[in-house]
Amino acid sequence: MSIPVLALEKVRKAFGSEVVLEDISIIVPEHTATVFIGASGSGKSTLLRCINLLEQIDDGVIRLDGADITDPSVDPDEIRRKLGMVFQSFNLFPHMSVVENIILAPMRVHSKSREEAISEALELLDRFGLREKAEQYPDRLSGGQQQRVAIIRSLAVKPRLLLLDEITSALDPVLVNEVLSTVRDLKEHGMTMLLATHEMGFAKQVADEVCFLEHGRILEWGKPEEILENPKKPQTKEFLKRVHEAGRL
Amino acid sequence: MSQEVGRGSENHSDSTPYSFGGSWTPSAVELERRIARKARGRKNSLVAAASSALVLGTLATIIVTSPGWKNLSDTFFKWAYGFEVLPKIILGFGANVFLTVVAATSVGILGLILALVRTSRSPAITPFRILATIYVDVFRGIPMLLIILLVGFGIPALRLKGVTNNVFILGICAVIITYSAYVAEVIRSGILTVHPSQRAAARSLGLSNFQTLRYVVLPQALRRVTPPLLNDLVSLIKDTGLVSILGVTDAIRAAQIASSRSFNYTPYVMAAGIFLLVTIPLTRYTDRTLRKSIDRQNAQGLA
Repeated sequence: MSIPVLALEKVRKAFGSEVVLEDISIIVPEHTATVFIGASGSGKSTLLRCINLLEQIDDGVIRLDGADITDPSVDPDEIRRKLGMVFQSFNLFPHMSVVENIILAPMRVHSKSREEAISEALELLDRFGLREKAEQYPDRLSGGQQQRVAIIRSLAVKPRLLLLDEITSALDPVLVNEVLSTVRDLKEHGMTMLLATHEMGFAKQVADEVCFLEHGRILEWGKPEEILENPKKPQTKEFLKRVHEAGRL
Repeated sequence: MSQEVGRGSENHSDSTPYSFGGSWTPSAVELERRIARKARGRKNSLVAAASSALVLGTLATIIVTSPGWKNLSDTFFKWAYGFEVLPKIILGFGANVFLTVVAATSVGILGLILALVRTSRSPAITPFRILATIYVDVFRGIPMLLIILLVGFGIPALRLKGVTNNVFILGICAVIITYSAYVAEVIRSGILTVHPSQRAAARSLGLSNFQTLRYVVLPQALRRVTPPLLNDLVSLIKDTGLVSILGVTDAIRAAQIASSRSFNYTPYVMAAGIFLLVTIPLTRYTDRTLRKSIDRQNAQGLA
């Protein structure tokens, strides 16, 4: 078997005395999507931030393409260049137009010429139906459009792995769909992804593996149909029941 | 009054229910509301005019009918003399303008550097961070007049070789020293108001700490602090007048010379007028930028 894109071995993270992640081990092979589900505060977002080295882990090892990225001698900027991250609150740069948002990293981090970066950005905008928004500023866009631009911005650096942190949580149900279909499109094109989400229906469609997190531990993991339809642990059942009652399944 | 009148569909009945614009004419309710609004507007401006006339008129009457008014208007508002010395005061004001331009440029650069040092978290910068904090604390806490006196008279007294005794240059230095401390704090507050998620987004794209500052944090921070910085510019223009105590012939000093020759204070009033001529438009402009910046921030929503 080839080396997985991402591998976590017994990762632990604590904020002071509060343990947020404990004994997390996962493997994400190339072209697959792993989805984390769990209540707010179960550690999903922290896990993604740790992989992106925005947070420092307290124990364990994270490997990207087999290389230990938690080694202190590793330059975090180097690693982040290979990872794309999309946030719940979009975090577009409000003082830049859509196309400027997208070309910033290709130009400044990957030393592309402005012309090359722009033509690639327009190509991506075209592909996701946002071509006519290129010159707009983020505050003129709907939430769904902003989040799609944020996804395109992270794609523009051709990441090995895309980290999506509850990217639909700030959107109304109509806008959720346009963002999710963008992610489905990426999945079909073979993008390796790690997602934290509350959208169970979407998790079922896009996930190769679903992990249920509670209090910072992976309680249950497996194929989406196993976890989402036939969970074994009572906690998973309880969580899915509550999600179902909230009308998200 | 029924609500249905306003939503009357007679205009749309012939087209699709979703036709927008074009065929709309204000309904009877809306026309009525407009008439009512106009009437209220007229009444409001009438009240405003009457109350202004009353208050200002009373004030003017009190001043003009006061026993010392004749005396005062002779010493402060002797316009013939005022216009006679006006060219000298305007010439002096040139020094204020020059001081402002040089000081504002240097203060901008120095203030930005101080703000960057104070907000940096790099361990190599630690000693500079401590020095910058002390600098800001000290020079924000001393009245500028004292700094001008200390620099203007203290440095020449040291008799250092190669250091100028030119009061003009020393005066500029004193102004720069004081104002960079103020401006550094304004810029620093702007940097701190940029949400951490912006930094996280930039770093996760692979931008270095410096690139994040240069392309993401600073542009947003400076835009936000433009109104307070313009405010400081207005203060700076006025405070350049303080260097006159070192003997720099600025507008205030020119007015002082003119008034001491004739024991008439009209030149001071002329100088005040010249300052107002520059500061009032700038203050109005500052107000407008502030309002725009508030509008922009309110429109920004989640981003």
